[in-house]
Amino acid sequence: MNPAPNVHGASMSLQDVTVELDGHMALSNVTFDVHAGTLMGVVGPNGAGKSTLFNAIAGLLPVRRGKVTLHRVDRRSGALAYVPQQESVNWRFPVTVMDVAMMGRCCKLGWCRRPGKRDRELVDACLYRVGLWDHRSALMTELSGGQKQRVFVARALTQEASVLLLDEAFSGVDVGAQEGLIEVLQTMKNEGRIVLLATHDLTNLAGRFDQVLCLNRQVCACGPPDQVFTSEVMEKLYGAHGVRLTRDGSGSETR
Amino acid sequence: MIDFVVAPLEYSFMVRALIGSVLVGVMCPLLGAYVVTRNLAFMGDALAHAVLPGMVVGFMVGINPAIAAVPTGVSVAVLVRIVSRRGGLSADTSIGILFAAMFALGLVMLATSPTIGVDMEDLLLGQILAISSTDIYVSLGITIVVILGLFALHHWLLFASFDPVGSQVVGARANVVDYVLLVMLALVIVIGIQAAGIVLVMAMLVTPAATAYMLVRRFVSMMMVAAAIGTAAAVTGLYISYHFNLPAGPAMTLVASGIFVLVVSFRRKARA
Repeated sequence: MNPAPNVHGASMSLQDVTVELDGHMALSNVTFDVHAGTLMGVVGPNGAGKSTLFNAIAGLLPVRRGKVTLHRVDRRSGALAYVPQQESVNWRFPVTVMDVAMMGRCCKLGWCRRPGKRDRELVDACLYRVGLWDHRSALMTELSGGQKQRVFVARALTQEASVLLLDEAFSGVDVGAQEGLIEVLQTMKNEGRIVLLATHDLTNLAGRFDQVLCLNRQVCACGPPDQVFTSEVMEKLYGAHGVRLTRDGSGSETR
Repeated sequence: MIDFVVAPLEYSFMVRALIGSVLVGVMCPLLGAYVVTRNLAFMGDALAHAVLPGMVVGFMVGINPAIAAVPTGVSVAVLVRIVSRRGGLSADTSIGILFAAMFALGLVMLATSPTIGVDMEDLLLGQILAISSTDIYVSLGITIVVILGLFALHHWLLFASFDPVGSQVVGARANVVDYVLLVMLALVIVIGIQAAGIVLVMAMLVTPAATAYMLVRRFVSMMMVAAAIGTAAAVTGLYISYHFNLPAGPAMTLVASGIFVLVVSFRRKARA
């Protein structure tokens, strides 16, 4: 079975989005657009509002001002998938790789229907695609950090999501596993999906994005990596002494 | 040995008690699997105490207390979430407030209604030997509803339990699923109170499920093994109580705890 569905040219537009958390301004006037088939990195220091931005896009946080518009993305049918930070997952809950991939079918199944042959075939195909078919019966707690993230990506695939939000998906994942994960994400965006990846680690990933959104409670810059990673932008993001620019244009956080 | 098992069943109260024990032994651990893996033990304890006013109202107006306890348990389960959200409080804090308030209300109602003639010890420790046919029908009804609910919502329950944030993103259903789980928990606690009482129902809810958590890998297997351990503990406890003239609730609790201690002792190492 082909695990790549038709993802109908989704797009996303944020207009002057302002979000308050506990009375403090967490995001201020954030404006940017993302089109189908884009792998976008959302970079910024800790506390810059990356998770808040994702929560606002996902509808988990109210937007105080401005507007988040998702074109051709029906959240209720699972078109928006979210890969959470590791700490928000209940690792005590004993589920296997296959169970987690099947969770992506919940929206399609609705309330009471049980998974059918097509659902099981899709789960198998998506696990095969992310290279975890051999581990399908393993418990999630038995996997490495990179493998866990790939299971969540497989869940987004079974969900047939056209927008994928990954919040700090690469923290705790070694460089080799990061490479494997980014390859899967690139094939997903080649199918016309929007992939947003929040990260504070610029060293290994900067050149792999189509677009980069530099965020520090407001948008410091947004565009292709070679235009965005300038010393002025890095200073806005990380302060005057925190960052040096590498020769190939990618930033390296040194503090 | 056959006499040990069969002889008590000559009495109809023991047949009813046996049916009640099996229902408690199956249902409490089935929900207990969620209680253990989602850290809902305090919630379970609170629900068990909070249904007291409902039961007292049942005694006062002459309705079966198990039926009267159902709306109270369900209301408290829903109120906990509402109070947490409105007050910006942790679930534990909201549970603590409601749990104490409802239990106190039940005690005051009991103290001001001396005519209803309820033995507080029976409420606290359970009295399965006095279980009525109506109690059995109520328990059976609840069992059917909860099993259908668990079956129908299985995948949503797994999703919301493992990844609460990810499940919320894909729809309002995740929130509804959490409410439904708490409502089912309240219903099952009502069954459990009949056997083990307000205080000891926690043992049937948590101990078999915690034992199963150490023995098997997958969640569904955990539910099945927990139900088997729960049934064994409840039925064994019932017979011990009959033959040795002991209260049934504590006997069931001690058997379940004994199985837990055995498994902990012979287990090699902790789950990763």
